[in-house]
Amino acid sequence: MAMPEAAIAASAVPGSLPPAAEVVLPIAGRGLVVRRGGRTLIDGIDIAFDGHGLTVVLGANGAGKSLLLRLLAGLVAPDGGTVTWGGTPPQRRHAPFVGFVFQRPVMLRRTALGNVRYALKAAGVPRSMRDAIAHRALGDAGLGDLAGWPARLLSGGEQQRVALARALASSPRALLLDEPTSNLDPASTLAIENLVLAARKAGTRIVLVTHDLGQARRLADEIVFLHAGRVLERAPAQHFLDGPSSGQAQAFLEGRIVL
Amino acid sequence: MQDLGGAFGEALRLIVQLDRDLLEIVGLSLRVSLSAVALAALIGLPLGAVVAICRFPGKAIVVATLNTFMGLPPVVVGLVVYLMLSRAGPLGELGLLYTPSAMIVAQTVLVTPIVAALARQTVEDMRSEYWEQLHAFGVGTGGMVATLLWEARLSLVTVLLAGFGRAVAEVGAVIIVGGNINHVTRVMTTAIALETSKGALDLALGLGIVLLALVLGVNGLASGLRGMVARHGHA
Repeated sequence: MAMPEAAIAASAVPGSLPPAAEVVLPIAGRGLVVRRGGRTLIDGIDIAFDGHGLTVVLGANGAGKSLLLRLLAGLVAPDGGTVTWGGTPPQRRHAPFVGFVFQRPVMLRRTALGNVRYALKAAGVPRSMRDAIAHRALGDAGLGDLAGWPARLLSGGEQQRVALARALASSPRALLLDEPTSNLDPASTLAIENLVLAARKAGTRIVLVTHDLGQARRLADEIVFLHAGRVLERAPAQHFLDGPSSGQAQAFLEGRIVL
Repeated sequence: MQDLGGAFGEALRLIVQLDRDLLEIVGLSLRVSLSAVALAALIGLPLGAVVAICRFPGKAIVVATLNTFMGLPPVVVGLVVYLMLSRAGPLGELGLLYTPSAMIVAQTVLVTPIVAALARQTVEDMRSEYWEQLHAFGVGTGGMVATLLWEARLSLVTVLLAGFGRAVAEVGAVIIVGGNINHVTRVMTTAIALETSKGALDLALGLGIVLLALVLGVNGLASGLRGMVARHGHA
């Protein structure tokens, strides 16, 4: 699959999307704690993502994977600890450099192209460039023919591909994905995974949350294993998959129920 | 006692003959109420959306106030606007009392809380779906207000219709600040009230039927618009 040319097109334009995209790395959380209704959902996590590559965050339901991703994206404020992008608290003007794809795609009531254009506008891309970049982003996602379709009439898999194309159109330095394929059929899952791999190849720092072990095997350079709101392990993918050091991770890999 | 058939006959005669007085009254009704709804939309839609999107202390009180003001009695609105616009009032200088402008002001005051409260509800329902995604795009509060109003456009058409229905059908506010002056501030509702009190029930009923047909027509237009947008898949 071709690397997202939208990235090149966008960053080649002076003033539109400066290489200052680097400012968002590392994406880091220190001493993160989240409590809800007397339960501690995130229990003192220190973590940072820098450089390149694709990290898969694994863990059972309720381990705190999605919440951790939202904390790092600045969508949820922690009860304790701090999140920083490139050493400073997340700023709105840097948000387009940190793409986010949700489990359930949020399509605006516009065409697929209109959805991508909207994100480009929010990212400060000049109006004259939006159409070309948006068309290219959709083309890279194999959605060129559907550009003019109302986004909400597309299938679930197509909507998720639009969401991914939309997130990638503004050439983010980092891309956070929260179980992007958990509702999709195998073909759509494959399409999403190929797009994610292409973005990784293009140099985007990727953090992907999943509880799908197969997906972790196919995509991960590195694995972070979460259990009960804590990071139990962080290791190169092969290393982790061959022999995790914690009993909980071992149980998770064997498909046993982890409590 | 005149019968309903006679009333329909009278209404039909007025319409078919394009009675000048009738056209004038209908025209003024439309002008006043549509202007009021337009102004109420300009104020009420952004206001409702801001209240829906922002989290601030005292929000519950603002929402409760908006919801309460939805039920403002037209005569009370008329009285307050009358006091403001009367010679001795703070806005007496403008000389607006007993003009269509005063009627527009009164109906705007009446309709704005309805538009704002219903828009608040509509946008707040959408907020939960959109907030995280728009935040991830780096969209600020102003952008969210604009985006969610646009996303809610189908439902907001209905909101404005509710406002129009309220405005065109009310009599208490316009009769107080307008005075029901023939050829100047006479609208359908005040004309119906007058003709009824004069005992001209045929004409009153005829006007009433025209009023109903008008509201029906506006509703039909709006639902046609909704249908057109929905067919294009943006529902």
